[in-house]
Amino acid sequence: MMREVAIIGVGMTKFGELWDLSFRQMIIEAGARALEDANIDGKQIDAMYVGNMSSGQFISQEHTASLIADHAGLVPIPSTRVEGACASGGLALRQAVIAVASGVHDFVVAAGIEKMTDVMSEQATGALATAADQEWEVYAGATFPGLYALMARRHMYEFGTTEEQMAMVAVKNHSNACMNPCAQYHMKITVENVLKSPPVVLPLKLLDCSPITDGAACVVVAPAEKARKMDRVPVLVAGTGQASDTISLHSRQSLTGLRATVEAARMAYKMAGVGPNDIDVAEVHDCFTIAEIMAIEDLGFCKKGEGGKLTEEGQTEIGGRIPVNTSGGLKGKGHPVGATGIAQVVEIVQQLRGEAGKRQVKGAEIGLTHNVGGTGGTAVVHIFKRGD
Amino acid sequence: MDVGIIGYGVYIPRYRIRVEEIAKVWDEDPSRIKQGLMIEEKSVPAPDEDTATIAVEAARNALKRAKIKPQDIGAIYVGSESHPYAVKPTATIVAEAIEATPNLTAADMEFACKAGTAGIQACAGLVEMGMIKYGISIGADTAQAAPGDPLEYTAAAGGGAIIVGKNNDEALAEIEGTYSYTTDTPDFWRREMRPYPKHGGRFTGKPAYFRHVLSAAHGILRQLKLTPQDFAHAVFHQPNGKFPCQVAEELGFSKSQIVCGLVVPKIGNTYSGSTMIGLAAVLDKAKPGERILVVSYGSGAGSDAFSIQVKEAIEAKRDSAPKVEDFLNNKIYIDYPTYTKYKGLLVR
Amino acid sequence: MAAPRFWREIPNRYNLIGTKCGNCNKVLFPPRYICPHCRRMGKLEPYKLSRRGKIVTYGVVHVAPEGFEDQVPYVLAIVELEDGPRLTTQVVDCDPNEVKIGDEVELVFRRIGSDNEDGVIYYGFKFRKV
Repeated sequence: MMREVAIIGVGMTKFGELWDLSFRQMIIEAGARALEDANIDGKQIDAMYVGNMSSGQFISQEHTASLIADHAGLVPIPSTRVEGACASGGLALRQAVIAVASGVHDFVVAAGIEKMTDVMSEQATGALATAADQEWEVYAGATFPGLYALMARRHMYEFGTTEEQMAMVAVKNHSNACMNPCAQYHMKITVENVLKSPPVVLPLKLLDCSPITDGAACVVVAPAEKARKMDRVPVLVAGTGQASDTISLHSRQSLTGLRATVEAARMAYKMAGVGPNDIDVAEVHDCFTIAEIMAIEDLGFCKKGEGGKLTEEGQTEIGGRIPVNTSGGLKGKGHPVGATGIAQVVEIVQQLRGEAGKRQVKGAEIGLTHNVGGTGGTAVVHIFKRGD
Repeated sequence: MDVGIIGYGVYIPRYRIRVEEIAKVWDEDPSRIKQGLMIEEKSVPAPDEDTATIAVEAARNALKRAKIKPQDIGAIYVGSESHPYAVKPTATIVAEAIEATPNLTAADMEFACKAGTAGIQACAGLVEMGMIKYGISIGADTAQAAPGDPLEYTAAAGGGAIIVGKNNDEALAEIEGTYSYTTDTPDFWRREMRPYPKHGGRFTGKPAYFRHVLSAAHGILRQLKLTPQDFAHAVFHQPNGKFPCQVAEELGFSKSQIVCGLVVPKIGNTYSGSTMIGLAAVLDKAKPGERILVVSYGSGAGSDAFSIQVKEAIEAKRDSAPKVEDFLNNKIYIDYPTYTKYKGLLVR
Repeated sequence: MAAPRFWREIPNRYNLIGTKCGNCNKVLFPPRYICPHCRRMGKLEPYKLSRRGKIVTYGVVHVAPEGFEDQVPYVLAIVELEDGPRLTTQVVDCDPNEVKIGDEVELVFRRIGSDNEDGVIYYGFKFRKV
């Protein structure tokens, strides 16, 4: 990187069905919290990148970058919307990091937001499906749970991964969410609950799927030297990586992992000068339980095919070898698609600062976020380090 | 005539509903219906099947037997009373799906249950006059019946396709002659924008089905100077099992002559597909040299009769596509609630 | 889906017309407009694919997207065609409990959907077990 970059402030709304909050209110709430956390004034903000997947479909509003700059009172700073389906938030952060690293801007807000409950859930499902190949996947009757079910079935076939192991991902993430005041669900579930939940696209059942969620999250990105002057543990962005893959699942060599994740992780690890074994805590993209199993394999926390076993052994729990989704993940905390990639950063920053309360991973020094768009057409990985 | 059948193919959806299952709903005695209509079960289209998909499958099977280049097909006619569109041809969908486009003529036909045989005649005429090399006529339907109407026991789905060309070595059968008998007889009809047909009850019998089928049959026998004894097989339109048996008896055909092509007890009345599938069932088994009498019937009303003589080429072509029997045996039974869902009677 | 958008893909959807690169000989489906392996060196030509293949993976859809609700439960699958390419499709006319990875399937012509009751009807390929 041309110059070291840090996250100096984080903030998010509660995630959930926020019936009484509009898109505008949500982003202002998250932004104000991030600026307060960073202890800077809005005047100091140089630019903003907004991760937002589909405001056009969810609230019939495009041009949300301008809308947000306007309602935040930040005009005339440059404000840019970044879209990469469910990876929009992660991409917005990456753009902010690049902008600060390059020296073009000093204080940049990376925001993420999705208001999903202003449409009926069927419409929301349809909107999400636009992240898949409309001509050759959605046309054939595919949905997102459908496409992930195809990966789950193949993973079960090739590696013997079980529905119980997948269920354990949901159980763990719900348990973690109970300790996160911002999470959508504060409800413990059991493996049996998951296995007996209604079928969505088998082998995936309702409790294998992340929910429909409203939420916004913001982080303030700044040069590391500014962070070091602050009276708190600085959190540095040590590595950033992004990769693409075919938009449609059927065009890929492997159906049991995401090449984009592997490539993005390789890039981020290299930049950060660390490897999978150095990671103390990770927020991964568990839009479906199978997605977390594949992610922990693709990120190198275990060998390909052993993600189910790693989960079953409890290694991904808080207190395990590599705690994953301490925030509750997409499954427990909720998945407002555009906001997810930023909310992951909120969690990791809190973990590295030692501010994660009951969810705190003891002595966490290096954290990772992993955000996926679609079925893996886009993946973005960031690595954060304590800078003290 | 110098016209032959170059290929034939059928398609019957896989789902079936038994008479008992329908009778249960309407408090009727299934054994009386089974005896009266001589029907045991009928085919039901899957929710994603319609006349166009059935016509395409039948046409593709006919092409497998014909072994001709689809681009050599100069005419496509699709006969049906359940075309998916009121305006926009089914025939163009078929033409595209069998890769016969764009140099051909195409049109949809409607004449209750006999539009498919009307299409055979149209193709035969075009072939005879040298305007086209091959023509394909398809009779296909997803027949509609109002819930509770006696038609509900028989209204089925299926289709048959016949490829017509010159009577040369490619021909698996020769069309020796055809004869039609047509009058204005309102025995069964469906008005514009109405989902279900209406019918005249017993009026559909004597003055309608029997008068037209008998007249056309007599006509062709007279024209070609043939008698029932000259035919190994006879196929009559099969709205139920009883009518074709009665008409055969009246004409002097024996049970053994009609048994081969009598498919209605196992699949119901496939309307425009009915006579075509009956003919296909005979072609599946007939020996070279055997003669087949085919008489369709369309309400409204008319009958087309054909005398067809099977040729050597049948042996080489017969096994190139699934036979009627394959479709008859490959089935999944559904219950009445599932049937209503598949037929779109239940709308969520 | 607007009519032109569907109409444009009719050959591909009705008859599995894909593309083949004359440079690397790879067969591609769904069709592509530049070879992803050879890029500008590629020579793409229409290629008619075989209508048989094998199930690589599948799921059983119980919660369907709009327009597919009446078909649940249905089998959604990735099928690998004999020529190599894979596609996403429905496997119809079968008991979802009897589907397995590796099952042989063949193409059928089916109704895929329509805009609404008044709209254009979209047809195309699905598969059934052999």
